Amino acid sequence: MTSLFEYAPALESRSIVDLRPSYGLFVDGEFTEGTGTPLKTLNPATEEVLSEVATASDADVDRAVRAARRAFVKTWGPMRPADRGKYLFRIARLLQERAREFAVLETLDNGKPIRESRDVDVPLAAAHFFYHAGWADKLEHAGLGSAPRPLGVAGQVIPWNFPLMMLAWKIAPALATGNTVVLKPAETTPLTALLFAEVCQQADLPPGVVNIVTGAGETGRAVISHPDVDKVAFTGSTEVGRSIARTVAGTHKRLTLELGGKAANIVFDDAPVDQAVEGIVRGIFFNQGHVCCAGSRLLVQESVHDEVVAALQRRIGTLRVGDPLDKNTDLGAINSAPQLERIRELVDAGDAEGAHRWQPDGDLPARGYWFKPTVFTGVSSAHRIARDEVFGPVLSVLTFRTPDEAVAKANNSTYGLSAGVWSEKGSRILSITSKLRAGVVWANTFNEFDPTSPFGGYKQSGYGREGGRQGLAAYLQEDNR
Amino acid sequence: MTHVLDPDALAGGEPTVGGPAGTPPDPFADVTRSDAAFRAFLHGLPGVDAVGAQQRTAVLGTRSIKTTAKAWAIDTAISMVDLTTLEGSDTPGKVRSLAAKARRPDPEDPSCPTVAAVCVYGDLADVAKEALAGTGIKVAAVATAFPSGRASRAVKLADVRDAVANGADEIDMVIDRGAFLAGRYLDVFEEIVAVKEACGPAHLKVILETGELVTLDNARRASWLAMLAGGDFIKTSTGKISPAATLPVCLVMLEAVRDFRAATGRQVGVKPAGGIKTTKDAVKHLVLINETVGSDWLSPDWFRLGASSLLNDLLLQRQKLRTGHYSGPDHVSVD
Repeated sequence: MTSLFEYAPALESRSIVDLRPSYGLFVDGEFTEGTGTPLKTLNPATEEVLSEVATASDADVDRAVRAARRAFVKTWGPMRPADRGKYLFRIARLLQERAREFAVLETLDNGKPIRESRDVDVPLAAAHFFYHAGWADKLEHAGLGSAPRPLGVAGQVIPWNFPLMMLAWKIAPALATGNTVVLKPAETTPLTALLFAEVCQQADLPPGVVNIVTGAGETGRAVISHPDVDKVAFTGSTEVGRSIARTVAGTHKRLTLELGGKAANIVFDDAPVDQAVEGIVRGIFFNQGHVCCAGSRLLVQESVHDEVVAALQRRIGTLRVGDPLDKNTDLGAINSAPQLERIRELVDAGDAEGAHRWQPDGDLPARGYWFKPTVFTGVSSAHRIARDEVFGPVLSVLTFRTPDEAVAKANNSTYGLSAGVWSEKGSRILSITSKLRAGVVWANTFNEFDPTSPFGGYKQSGYGREGGRQGLAAYLQEDNR
Repeated sequence: MTHVLDPDALAGGEPTVGGPAGTPPDPFADVTRSDAAFRAFLHGLPGVDAVGAQQRTAVLGTRSIKTTAKAWAIDTAISMVDLTTLEGSDTPGKVRSLAAKARRPDPEDPSCPTVAAVCVYGDLADVAKEALAGTGIKVAAVATAFPSGRASRAVKLADVRDAVANGADEIDMVIDRGAFLAGRYLDVFEEIVAVKEACGPAHLKVILETGELVTLDNARRASWLAMLAGGDFIKTSTGKISPAATLPVCLVMLEAVRDFRAATGRQVGVKPAGGIKTTKDAVKHLVLINETVGSDWLSPDWFRLGASSLLNDLLLQRQKLRTGHYSGPDHVSVD
């Protein structure tokens, strides 16, 4: 049977984006050539080459760090805090004014649905700048002493899952607290960071305050290991995070890491079932599951397991997949071929270890990197798909019988970034959430973000917080002079 | 282009219609055996998280329905309209004018579909019936001391019988919200059963007046109550109370008819009424059906839009799609 109500294509126009054939680095307020071998960045939904992007060599990174240091010493550091706030407000407004452009570019480069880049990524990026702009002249009220001081130059390395939003999470607090930055976007998604560099020019931000150096892992290593960097902030895989921690150990550098996760989404038998199903879908299929805080382990009370899984499967069948630029797309492309390979490998491991794999009928687009939303039932805590971060649209369903068992299983992870609880019983929510070892716990919702709320993890999910008053601490040193 | 992963995800089998009056269908035949049992059943339905329901309808509200999809949606919406006049000042002339509009919504375009029904007070049902003879357009009449429902059961039943005798094909009854809010669920149930019986062959739409029940939990319980009692349709509102039809309420009611059919095999229709004024509102409702219960409900047999001014906006948007430009309000008839 086919649906009576077929939605006609509703494509967001890509003509709003002025894609250049090649992009340089943004250093000291200007776009400059890189001296490394340039990278090509693809549209993962079509495998079309979007542009060529410079690679920053060690020398280029050194130039960027020097520019950042100069700006810290000469302009940004000494500037009146209220004036720093003005620049941040200006950047926030420009992000809003150019929101459509950013959203289309993000979708082209990342593969995420335009609905998400338009309604989540870009508005949240602007919100982070607005929020931190307000802090710029109120830092003495941040609970970090009467005159907290900036650290200096921040070296920041961000992932490909929320390119612009992660940039905002890094740059906004660093600038609001008086630091200058050298930021390296992910090699598969550099374009919105380079468009952001244009916004910095448009906002007349003094040269050197924000420097964007593109490239792959080598460039990232150069940024974090540069001796004149005072602060390292990294969001990405636990594996890379570990090596960064080793590099930074024994230096003067301050470090915050926001790494992987394997969040438990706990559904009790008294949950609002329809909304819980929405929350499960949002938890694991939002951004194709490329979310460090994705609700990838569904812990469902055994007495409602069949009902919840059936409702979930019905709901997954209604997801719309296809061109990420179509405004009605729910599920976009996997960001890169290597990531698709990793998802396949872990799904194969799920099959091999005896979990039961379910995927909806229906086809995926022929070109590009795609993966069907996948639900594994009959998963045990020992399975790799219950322990390893898949970072894709793959959900593992486990069961529990009692609240204590739910907490024990939820906490039985090397990660501790986020968790969710679904119940109509307020006292149960309060009791369970206080026992979960996760930096962010959602009750009757999932994947909600707000700049006022600190975000970060326990255990191998990293340390430090981003957002809220707590997030400022990562970029300030206490001083009670 | 984007496509649904599994077009059959929401499809059901052939639904059964009706059943013995007064007894809920299996497997719920015994839930009305006592007040306590019925209360336990209704309170045992899963709760509704209002924030989550709003979020879901907000996301569906961003669906972009353009070109061919929009044309289909507008024609479908027109065919689902229960064109309504429920004023103290209604006259035979007003009802005849409305009936003419129902038969030929766009006088300049014979390809425009007719509406589903004309909805009037019971005493004017005969006027509507005569004016709509031979068209297939149904006559719906509100009854049971509409809109408040504050009258004795005998009066309500007499009201229903009167409307049916007067030619009504469909009866839009109101539930006793006072009894519902006081927790006398069995009273509400029995009254619906009695009205259903009084309807005879006429279809019964049960108005929950969700604006007075206030919570979405209540909307879900009242939906189940009305379906168990044999209602052919569940309807949000009288249109006399604000808020009337909201998307979260409609979502909860659609979830209820979906779950009810899955459990009993019996399909029940849904009618949001009141407050749906623009084509955009109507299209949002169609998207809500499409993605909550699927194609099985995408017909006037299973979904109605209770409205009056909505029709003219649908017609203006329809003309815009056909001609490429907006025409003024004088290009649709005033009724």
